[in-house]
Amino acid sequence: MTNAWTDIKNTDLVVVMGGNAAEAHPCGFKWVTEAKAHRGAKLIVVDPRYTRTASVSDYYAPIRQGSDIAFLNGVMKYCIDNGKVQWEYMKAFTNASFIVKDGFGYKDGLFTGYDEEKRDYDKSTWDYVMGDDGFAVTDPTLEHPRCVWNLLKEHLAPYTPELVEQVCGTPKEKFLKVAEMISECSKPTKTMTSMYALGWTQHSKGSQNIRAMAMLQLILGNIGVRGGGMNALRGHSNIQGLTDLGLMSHLLTGYLTMPTEKDTDFETYMSTRQFKPLRPGQTSYWQNYKKFMVSFQKAMWGDAATAENGWAFNYIPKLDVPAYDVLRMFELMNSGKVNGYICQGFNPILAFPNRAKITSSLSKLKFMVTMDPLETETSRFWENHGDFNDVDTASINTEVFQLPSTCFAEEDGSLTNSGRWLQWHWQASSPPGEAKHDSWIIAQIFLRMRELYRKEGGAFPDPILNLSWAYEDENEPTAEELAKEINGRALSDLMDPTDPSKVLVAAGKQVVNFSQLRDDGSTMAGCWIYSGCWNEQGNNMGRRDNHDPDDTGAYLGWTFAWPLNRRTLYNRASADINGKPWDPTRKLLEWDGSKWTGYDVPDISPTAKPQDVGPFIMNQEGVSRLFARGMMRDGPFPAHMEPFESPVENVFNRKMRGNPVARVFKSDAGQLGTSAEFPYAATSYRLTEHFHYWTKHNRVNSALQPEFFVEISEELAAEKKIEHGGWVRVWSKRGSIKAKAVVTKRIRPLICDGKPVHIVGIPLHWGFTGSAKKGFGPNSLAAFVGDANIETPESKAFLVNIEPSTAPKDKEASV
Amino acid sequence: MNMDLSRRSFLKLTGAGVAATSMGALGFSEAEAAEIAHVRPFKLATTTETRQTCPYCSVACGIIIYSKGDVRKGDNAEVMHIEGDVDHPTNRGTLCPKGAALKDFVKSPTRLLYPMHRKPGSDKFERMSWDEALDRIARLMKDDRDANFLAKNEKGLDVNRWTTTGMLAASATSNETAWATFKFAKSIGIVGFDNQARV
Repeated sequence: MTNAWTDIKNTDLVVVMGGNAAEAHPCGFKWVTEAKAHRGAKLIVVDPRYTRTASVSDYYAPIRQGSDIAFLNGVMKYCIDNGKVQWEYMKAFTNASFIVKDGFGYKDGLFTGYDEEKRDYDKSTWDYVMGDDGFAVTDPTLEHPRCVWNLLKEHLAPYTPELVEQVCGTPKEKFLKVAEMISECSKPTKTMTSMYALGWTQHSKGSQNIRAMAMLQLILGNIGVRGGGMNALRGHSNIQGLTDLGLMSHLLTGYLTMPTEKDTDFETYMSTRQFKPLRPGQTSYWQNYKKFMVSFQKAMWGDAATAENGWAFNYIPKLDVPAYDVLRMFELMNSGKVNGYICQGFNPILAFPNRAKITSSLSKLKFMVTMDPLETETSRFWENHGDFNDVDTASINTEVFQLPSTCFAEEDGSLTNSGRWLQWHWQASSPPGEAKHDSWIIAQIFLRMRELYRKEGGAFPDPILNLSWAYEDENEPTAEELAKEINGRALSDLMDPTDPSKVLVAAGKQVVNFSQLRDDGSTMAGCWIYSGCWNEQGNNMGRRDNHDPDDTGAYLGWTFAWPLNRRTLYNRASADINGKPWDPTRKLLEWDGSKWTGYDVPDISPTAKPQDVGPFIMNQEGVSRLFARGMMRDGPFPAHMEPFESPVENVFNRKMRGNPVARVFKSDAGQLGTSAEFPYAATSYRLTEHFHYWTKHNRVNSALQPEFFVEISEELAAEKKIEHGGWVRVWSKRGSIKAKAVVTKRIRPLICDGKPVHIVGIPLHWGFTGSAKKGFGPNSLAAFVGDANIETPESKAFLVNIEPSTAPKDKEASV
Repeated sequence: MNMDLSRRSFLKLTGAGVAATSMGALGFSEAEAAEIAHVRPFKLATTTETRQTCPYCSVACGIIIYSKGDVRKGDNAEVMHIEGDVDHPTNRGTLCPKGAALKDFVKSPTRLLYPMHRKPGSDKFERMSWDEALDRIARLMKDDRDANFLAKNEKGLDVNRWTTTGMLAASATSNETAWATFKFAKSIGIVGFDNQARV
């Protein structure tokens, strides 16, 4: 989230699209209710289902899953055509005026440079014209035919209300009503917030879904302001934290990136990351990359990381592919190329698409380790449960270790919520049985491996033997020790750059925040963006001052938000080019003639003059990007693409399937179904009574929602002779499940590209362990393809067939 | 005061239609004693209060856990009750149907208590000691790493990656656990490393 949950009360319009906040984030959604009740805010829901969020909305419009870009591009076009643009903001804070190279274009659903064989673009024309001064060329009048603004208008031209209706199935008048309501938020005194979740990410073009809304928000001037923003409602309590800390194949901590085989040494690695400003005077904060990278290396390997050895750069693995993401790992596993796998609090048998492939993959492992407080389907993937897990146990030779870990109530530590608040929690109870903290388990495996390497030697033991592990009890690092390491400290006295006789931070002391980190090895910090979380003032994540001066919703004294306790990202954009708030009643920051003052920690230097420095400090441009250059694999503008399994053809290019640059493994290409065989468009979702596959272990929640079901329309039920409450079989090219049918008015057929499209809704909370009745998940059916940029599986749009059926049989019943 | 209250509620309970004689027949003083006997002291008065956050979605509502015993004093503490934290700016004491039932998550009948081991081809889990499990896991991992670690690519450049063992980290663990996990996984060269953010 660019903003905080508590900031939503400041909005005038909430758009929930690609999410279902009332159901999945109920207590955060209360701030929507607050905005409606006390500001007169309106709520729009655009969703294939009439959700629980829709039931309290002011306006609901249906949409076919996987067609969001067409809808959002249509809204952008509507706003531009009708002059509903926050002109001053757009001109000052976006790259609308930047001139794009000749050659770049878009035709038949494809951008310039497409190579069908490689399934990739040559992106060389997707860039700015550079001037002799080394800066990008701009035309602030926006008259140049090749400026971003004019290219964007050209790109959006086909997205008429008629096309939106044809592609999305949203009736024209409903689309126009939504577009009109949204366009009103172009006024500097009206703001809109976007609340989205996995309804946008779980698509083969998920990144572009989000980009389309971000662009709309920039055109309307709604980024960086109170009640505005792009608000990704993350799924788990600390999914934000694990992303920030880089527990992903392609990341290091704080959005530093894993080196690739092209990064032959530390200097080469740095040369492609310390981005220089593309416009005069801009911050381009990644110029500080080296400070954060060296401090990270020092946190990892301490004295073994020296200037001479490139800060132990060779200790970090180098990637030969963009990422060993989960889809790639299971593809490798299924082809016999993976021997061991550790699942810490993760249940891939229910979480990853094409369950048959996941089961087959796990069956080929030599060993698997699970760490969980609860039973999981994954730890028992080898156990036969009749229709619910139809495996041949004796033929599965995977050795499995099921390790019991503690749950939240039994540990200290911090979690980062969607609004980037790092909140500390304290241990309240003792672990049951022999359950142990994850940090203890990890330490034990590490220490035992290190001991084996000490005794026996082996493959490149250096990064293991030298890993910094100086904890008071190395068997169990405490949360406090780890948090202090994340924050970082001075390794030698840090002298004040403006007064070399003065010690700024004494050796061994915590740095105040990342502004004190250095690139000469004199500081260490595990994760630079978290620096400030535990400094010499103490544990800032444990702060509990809930005062909120002038009721802005900022709560600066409550816990710690990254970066630097900033609550709204890009907050400098809440004021105009001269530093005056766009809306004085919703002031965040204001330039007082010599510095920035207000309710939040400014993005830019507190004394940076408003006319000089742009708010988008992480971008080389200093402004935001309506045109993404070559940074997205599937295009600098969002373009309509169908899901890989779609009930209709792509109207821009009827031969094109899915995202033309998304990776499809050979073994999966044959497992994609067509609408001839599988006519119905399925989607997956959560229910408010359950959390993933955890709460089915809880008797209360199991009683509230005891049994797996699928939702279909009355029309489809009549067509297929399916009764409400009767059993159905639902199957895709990859699997088959059985469920009770819920026949409902909440789902209605849509007319897309001239034909009716029926939608099948599949919730995701059931399995074969726990207190609830045994059931299935949508992942048994979903396709094994991912987003072109980040490989998030396309779990929100796939094709199925459905028929009346009988109850599934458990093992006991079938004997 | 308690006695007054119980008498008043008792009178209300018996109702206006009941004759005075039958009141006497019930034995009024005995009823009072019975009433006092079944009013137990407030259960949470002797518990330890701990500030916590809900482990489910990313709203991260503040909660208060009431435990019998105090882990900070070395007690074996047990969760008795969990409720919303009214001081928390986001949820202000409210909880959703999941958060309101958190105690039953902590005390779920399917909580895992001991390390369990499944031999290849076996149809059951068997108990294993922590030491035995951890030694065996370390051995299996080291053997796989030593056999399959790729130190250099075909051009002779250091790549130092290990692709034959992978790991999924949990997005419900704390930042501190995550940092320890990160250090472990990246230093041993695991590249097939992701968390729920990927899916």
